Amino acid sequence: MFPDWIIDVLLGLAAAFLLVVYVSWRATRLDRLHVRVETARAALDAALVRRAAVTLELAASRLLDPATSLVLATAAHQARTADADGREFAESDLSRALRAAVDQPGFAAGLDDRADDGGHVLEELASSAQKVVYARNFYNDAVAQARAARRKLLIRVLPLAGRAALPGFFEIDDDPPRL
Amino acid sequence: MRIGIVCPYTWNVPGGVQQHVRDLAEALIGYGHGVSVITPADDDAQLPPYVVSAGRAVPVPYNGSVARLAFGFLSASRVRRWIHDGAFDVLHVHEPAAPSLGLLACWAAAGPIVGTFHASYEKSRVVSVTAPILRSALEKITGRIAVSEAARTTLVEHLGGDAVLIPNGVATARYATAEPLPGWPGDGGALGFLGRMDEPRKGLQVLLRAFETLGRERPGLRLLVAGPGDADDVLARVPADLRSRVVVLGLVSEEDKVRAYHSVDAFVAPNLGGESFGIVLAEAMSAGAPILASDIEAFDHVLRGGRAGVLFPTGDAAALAAAAGALLDDPARRERLSAAARAAVRAYDWSAVARDVLRVYETVTLGAGGVIATDGEG
Repeated sequence: MFPDWIIDVLLGLAAAFLLVVYVSWRATRLDRLHVRVETARAALDAALVRRAAVTLELAASRLLDPATSLVLATAAHQARTADADGREFAESDLSRALRAAVDQPGFAAGLDDRADDGGHVLEELASSAQKVVYARNFYNDAVAQARAARRKLLIRVLPLAGRAALPGFFEIDDDPPRL
Repeated sequence: MRIGIVCPYTWNVPGGVQQHVRDLAEALIGYGHGVSVITPADDDAQLPPYVVSAGRAVPVPYNGSVARLAFGFLSASRVRRWIHDGAFDVLHVHEPAAPSLGLLACWAAAGPIVGTFHASYEKSRVVSVTAPILRSALEKITGRIAVSEAARTTLVEHLGGDAVLIPNGVATARYATAEPLPGWPGDGGALGFLGRMDEPRKGLQVLLRAFETLGRERPGLRLLVAGPGDADDVLARVPADLRSRVVVLGLVSEEDKVRAYHSVDAFVAPNLGGESFGIVLAEAMSAGAPILASDIEAFDHVLRGGRAGVLFPTGDAAALAAAAGALLDDPARRERLSAAARAAVRAYDWSAVARDVLRVYETVTLGAGGVIATDGEG
C-alpha cells in the first residue's frame, strides 16, 4: 500500500484541482455576463440612434406642421449630440417630445391623409420607440446581474473581474408614444 | 430570420404554454420567418411540420404536483443536436425556470436567447433553494419577456433583474365564424354570459338582477349562461317565472364556446374587477358579438372608451338593464358595434403580439451573431 503522505498529497492535489475548476467556472460566468452587458449596451445605443433618426426623418418629411417638425427635430438633435452626462436627460426629453407630438388631436389621421408613406413612417416610429423600451430593459437586466455577480465574495477577493468597469444602469423615461 | 422555439411541456396535452407556443409559431411563420419548435411529445402524437419531438416527458413530483417534464442526458443531447442543426439566429425558450427542455436549451446554447416567463406563484422556500442552480443557466438569457404583470413580479422576486411585458394574444380568426347553437338567438332576443358562475367577481349576479327587469319587460328574451360552476345554484337565484328562459350550459367545449358567442344578440361582461385584460371579452369581440361591459379600467381600454362596445357603471344592474334594452331595440347599432369590436380586437391578435416579439428578437440579435451549441458548460 501507499504510504500515508502520498494519499495526503493526492487528496491535496485533487482538492486544488477542483478549486481551480470551480474558480475558472465562476470566471467564465462573470466574463459571459460582461460580454452580455457590452452586447446589450451596443443594442441599446443602436436603438436610441435609430429612434432619433426616424424622428428626424419624420420632422424633415414635410408630413407634419412646421411647429411640430421643429419640436421633434430639436429634441432628436439634442439626443444625438448630448454628452455622456446629459444623455439620459436628452433621451427622456425626446420621449416626451414624441408623446406630445403624437398626442395632438388628429395626428395619425392627418399623416394618413397627406401621404401614402405616412403610415410607413408611423410604423417605423412605433417600432423604433418600442425597441428602445426592450433594449433598455435587457441592458438594465444584464447590468443588475453583472453587478450582483461582482458583489460575490469570491469575485471581490480574487481579481476575476479584471479591469472591467462596474457597469451603470441607463435610466430614462422611455414610455413610447401611443400610435 | 431563423427562430428556434423551445416548449417545455408535452405538445399533445392541452395547456396554456403549449397553446401560446403554437399560436406564436404560426403567427411568426405567417410573417415569413423560418420557425422550428422542439417539444416533448407522445410517440403517436400528430405534430405539425414545424414541430420536432424531443421524446416523451416523464411524470415526476415537482413543486407540490405531478408534472410531465423532459430531462436527463438523452433529452439534453437531442436539444443540443437540434440547436446545432438548426443554425438559428435566435433561440426562444419558454418557461426556462421549469426543469425541462427550456432549462436544457439554455444550458446547451450560447448566443442570443430570449426567455418567456409564464408562471406566477407566491414566493416559496423551494424556489429560494433552487435559485442558485437556475441562475447560471438563466444568466445566458439576453432578453426576458413576461406574459403578465403577475409573471413579471414572480420573476423579479425570485430571480432578480427585470423583463418586458408582452401579454398573450387572442387567435381572433378561431372565433370569427361559427354556426349558432340550435334555436339561438331566436326571435325574442338573447343575452350571453361566459365565465365562472360561482365567482362573484365575474358579476353573474348583476346580470341575473338585470334580467329580472328585462325578462319581465320582454316576454321572449332569453339568457344563455356558460362556464364552470353549479347550474342549479344559478337557477335557484332566478325567480320561478323567468327560470325557463335562463339556459345554463355549464362548462362547454372550445367549439361550443365559439358557437355560444355567435348565439346571442349581445354579450354581457358584468365583471366587478380583478380582470387584467379580459380574455373572454376579447374572444367575444373576435366573434363579432355586440358587447355590454362594466366600465372597469381594463374593459374601458379594450373597448376604446365605449366606441367598440357599450359600457355601464360597474355593478349597476338597473343601468345594465337600460343599456341592454336600448341595444336590443336597435339592430343597426348592434351591427355597428359588432364591426367596431372586430376592428378593436385586432390590436390583441397574435399577429400584433408576434410583431412585438419580433422587435425583441431584432433587439437581442443586433451584433450578437447566431446561436451556437456548446458542450453544456455552466
